[in-house]
Amino acid sequence: MTPVLEARGLTRKFGQVTALDGTDFDLEAGEVVALIGDNGAGKSTLVKALSGNLAVDSGEILFDGIRRDIDTPMTASSLGIETVYQDLALAPHLDPAQNMFLGRELMKPGVAGALGFMDNKAMRGQARQAFDRLGATVRSLVSPVGQMSGGQRQAIAIARAVHWASKVVFLDEPTAALGVRQTANVLDTIRRVRDQGVGVVFISHSMPHVIEVSDRVQVLRMGARVATYKTSETSMEELVGTMTGATGRTAA
Amino acid sequence: MSTEVSTPEKASTPSSPPPDEGNGGESLVQRVVKMQAFQILLVLLVIVIVFSTLAPNNFANFGNARSIVLNASILAILGVGMTFVIVTSGIDLSIGSVMVFSGVIGAKAMIAVGGDSWGTAFVGIGVSLATGLAWGLFNGFLIAKAKVPPLIVTLGSLGMALGLAQIITKGVDIREVPQVMQDEIGYGNVVGQLPVLTVIAVVVVAIGIVVLHHTRFGRYTYAVGSNEESARRVGVKVDRHLIKVYALSGVLSGFAGVLFLAQFGTTAIAGQTQTNLNVIAAVVIGGTSLFGGVGTIFGTVVGLFIPAVLQNGFVIVGIQPFWQQVAVGAVLIAAVYVDQVRRASAARGGKSTRPSLRFGAKKSSPVEQGE
Ligand SMILES: Nc1ncnc2c1ncn2[C@@H]1O[C@H](COP(=O)(O)OP(=O)(O)OP(=O)(O)O)[C@@H](O)[C@H]1O
Ligand SMILES: [Mg+2]
Repeated sequence: MTPVLEARGLTRKFGQVTALDGTDFDLEAGEVVALIGDNGAGKSTLVKALSGNLAVDSGEILFDGIRRDIDTPMTASSLGIETVYQDLALAPHLDPAQNMFLGRELMKPGVAGALGFMDNKAMRGQARQAFDRLGATVRSLVSPVGQMSGGQRQAIAIARAVHWASKVVFLDEPTAALGVRQTANVLDTIRRVRDQGVGVVFISHSMPHVIEVSDRVQVLRMGARVATYKTSETSMEELVGTMTGATGRTAA
Repeated sequence: MSTEVSTPEKASTPSSPPPDEGNGGESLVQRVVKMQAFQILLVLLVIVIVFSTLAPNNFANFGNARSIVLNASILAILGVGMTFVIVTSGIDLSIGSVMVFSGVIGAKAMIAVGGDSWGTAFVGIGVSLATGLAWGLFNGFLIAKAKVPPLIVTLGSLGMALGLAQIITKGVDIREVPQVMQDEIGYGNVVGQLPVLTVIAVVVVAIGIVVLHHTRFGRYTYAVGSNEESARRVGVKVDRHLIKVYALSGVLSGFAGVLFLAQFGTTAIAGQTQTNLNVIAAVVIGGTSLFGGVGTIFGTVVGLFIPAVLQNGFVIVGIQPFWQQVAVGAVLIAAVYVDQVRRASAARGGKSTRPSLRFGAKKSSPVEQGE
């Protein structure tokens, strides 16, 4: 089966720092791949490169087996790729529904829409549904998200990505700020999205969550993929060992 | 800030939908009361009541109210553009100079065309609008594309526009303005005693409110001011939007320039040095945050009337009008203080809410923005 998204030999330097050092990556449709590695291993940089937020120095990206330049977030979106960034990237003064539809506003039908008038009611309704599906604790759809807790904002960012993604979702440490129940919700959401045939890339430092939700694990170390495991055939000890460089092997 | 009054459990379980479309238990009334624009409206009402009590005959009459409103009309038009600019966390210092320059070019055009007809007047209006637009585009391109901070760009264009206006006129005000323009627009009234200038200002303000609060253009204006990076990542064309916002401010300055010609029959080259600061003060008093992402045009209009009413009232009750500057300065500082307190309590975590004045240095990514 052709991977929905594949990276070959991506390299990116920031001055002296080589954030990505010829790394490969692959993701099938309908699977959850956990991307793990120590702080600074290059996980976020890889996600940015694959979601149109960062130009790479060399290497190529294949989408559905075809070489693509994913050079803007818009290209990524138009391919059905959505991202929850580590820094969330919400507009703090806008409310959850406004954030969810930012850049993709639903317009009123007819002349009003052509004049730039938005259908706020429809957007709010759809946003409400999306948050409910996620079981997200979004108390107010009309308060600025900047006034909400870290967990609430995270839930909003996840709901937004899941709502728009048709092929690939990147989740960069999506459970970092979440409570126990909200984490369970996010892991459920990841499985549900996967079952709809979307490929999910899940970045986390929590090995139990990685083992619980992923189908495969790819390990980054110093900007390169050093191992790929089937989750069912590996263990926490092995993952931790590979991340830190104590052990290493490359398997399919 | 006590925004979360609803029961959290209820809102989180899909089986029991939260009340009233998830207003978080906060009624419309509660939210309006918390708006700075509303609080400042109360301040204005208090001022009006005080002067009305002190001078029931001279202050509280239609003629006086009419003159206050008329004097604020042109400033209100400038305030609409400035509100958009400040909501993006920018600033436009050039409005007064652009107004003068556009008035000069408009007047020159009308002299060139000659005559006293509406045709001549419309040529002048069109030329002034186009001139203002050109300055706005100039500002916008430098800010969005060349990444020069708005404070510097518009300080530069302030000097350039004013200097060029003086070069073109050799420092002598142009006083030839078509009579029809002065009679029908400058001194004109509709339905009895309503000044045409005020009606024009009300229309501009109304359109501004609709565009800022109900259209996608307005939504993007808030988004860019709130977190430029997040807007960029979802595909908002941030640079193009900033150019449009500064262009809007320029066009409205051009319009203000030609309306000033109609009202006073002169270009008043030296008369607009305080205009930018007065308008910025009104915008800020009205609750628009210099840090971007927050603000209303309604607030700006209320913010304009506080200095206007104070000035007028002090004169009438026989207090030295210089006290107006003192009072307005105090209100301005108080307004910004309230905004700071509000943002400090709202900014929980999230570096995106950290203060970062755009007009100090335009940020292209949150990583780069110093502060
Ligand atoms: N914009 C940037 N400028 C300079 N260096 C950068 C930049 N972005 C990333 N780096 C560097 O690239 C390396 C990889 O960073 P990256 O954020 O991808 O790590 P990560 O695996 O996501 O780590 P974490 O688990 O802490 O999130 C780090 O050394 C980091 O300092
Ligand atoms: Mg990271």
